[in-house]
Amino acid sequence: MSQVHYLTTPLSDEDVKNLKAGDIVYLSGTIFTARDAAHKRLVDLIENRGELPFQLDGAVIYFVGPTPPKPGEPIGSAGPTTSYRMDSYSPILIKHGLKGMIGKGKRNQVVKDACKEYKAVYFGATGGAGALLGKLIKEAKVIAYEELGPEAIRMLRVENFPVTVINDAYGNDLYEEGRKLYEVKD
Amino acid sequence: MREIAYEDIVKAVKNMVIHTATNLPDDALKKLKEAHEKEKSPVAKKVLEQLLENAKIAKDEKRPLCQDTGLAVYFVKVGQDVKITGGLLKNAINEGTEQGYIEGYLRASTCDCFSRENLKDKIGYNLPAVIHIDLVEGDKIEIEYAAKGGGSENVSRARVLAPAQGRQGVIDFVKDVISEAGPNPCPPIIVGVGIGGTFEKAAISSKHALFREAGKPHPDPDVAEFEKELLFELNKLGIGAMGMGGTETVLAVHVEKNPCHIASLPVSVNVQCHSSRHSHITL
Ligand code: SF4
Repeated sequence: MSQVHYLTTPLSDEDVKNLKAGDIVYLSGTIFTARDAAHKRLVDLIENRGELPFQLDGAVIYFVGPTPPKPGEPIGSAGPTTSYRMDSYSPILIKHGLKGMIGKGKRNQVVKDACKEYKAVYFGATGGAGALLGKLIKEAKVIAYEELGPEAIRMLRVENFPVTVINDAYGNDLYEEGRKLYEVKD
Repeated sequence: MREIAYEDIVKAVKNMVIHTATNLPDDALKKLKEAHEKEKSPVAKKVLEQLLENAKIAKDEKRPLCQDTGLAVYFVKVGQDVKITGGLLKNAINEGTEQGYIEGYLRASTCDCFSRENLKDKIGYNLPAVIHIDLVEGDKIEIEYAAKGGGSENVSRARVLAPAQGRQGVIDFVKDVISEAGPNPCPPIIVGVGIGGTFEKAAISSKHALFREAGKPHPDPDVAEFEKELLFELNKLGIGAMGMGGTETVLAVHVEKNPCHIASLPVSVNVQCHSSRHSHITL
């Protein structure tokens, strides 16, 4: 049965080991946003031994490109974007300490294997619930690549941000298992 | 000739763009509520609950329903007895789009195909819009609009089947496309299927099918029957809301069918996510 967890970032190996595909997690603390363009730069930095704009150890990255904030608000609507576009970059970040990713949609086997080997998880947030999820972001600050606009890296402070474990550190995949339960075969 | 001023088109388009980003239309909302009632999986039911809550927050607090506020897509019917004064129709629609996206605090999502550079400073904020224009009888302009997100567009597919594959071939193709898409297009989805015509006609038909009121059957009873059959088949896939498994994957299937060449059977599947933001106005 799916369990409910309340976790605060950064995540430890222990935190990750307690999570199973299908569990619901309410995340609080600091998370970082990045999409394709920012991922490419992070990976280039790692390969060239440059200094990263944030601590990767225990970090959670949220794949999101928010709408511009209205005056007086930290951020606009901010739901997850499709994750597979980050598949070629995520394993390198996981190897260097990344513990969680939040997005929507399937990941490839290489990412799933990296989650298993280095103890990381992939969370799904509800796609298209940008208004609701944006409201749970209490602070947002661009910390790198401002010129990328919606794709810049932001530091977000979240409170009880609801996500579901899709890929855990044991090789389970909620998309595959959930679907099997409801599939009607002819 | 009835005259319609350029500025009036700009203003009407701008207002429509702003309104559509935060107000889920009644048809989509109704379908989501039905799905929420019928859903058997507790996990998927919870997702649907979030989506209904999201629609309420978006409307009450005027926040965009989704951060992907889409590319602006229009189907425009221009009456032959209309004269537009003060500028070109396409420019008016683009200008209204840009103003709406800026003033509504919506996202600029157009970029160059290869350099991936955002085009907001080069061409305009979230420009260019995708505009299909048709000339019709009368003295009005009818503008149908959708804010089309990338996630559901990415899983859309077109193929030209062999005529012998027939009706069953179309069903199999649609099923393959939706099965392969799985969680990626933010299910529950609406599926637009364009059949017949030429390659591009099928694609445009599948897009236009998504502009229909969700769940409203095609006027031709045979096509309506085919829509029902497809809906039944697709919901057997068990993908469920956000792909977490469930009984309610597809909210509606809309088919548009055209005569085709004796040698071919084109079919196109265009997917619309649950955030089915569309509107229309008549000027
Ligand atoms: S597929 Fe639709 S609901 Fe999902 S992120 Fe894209 S626009 Fe939003």
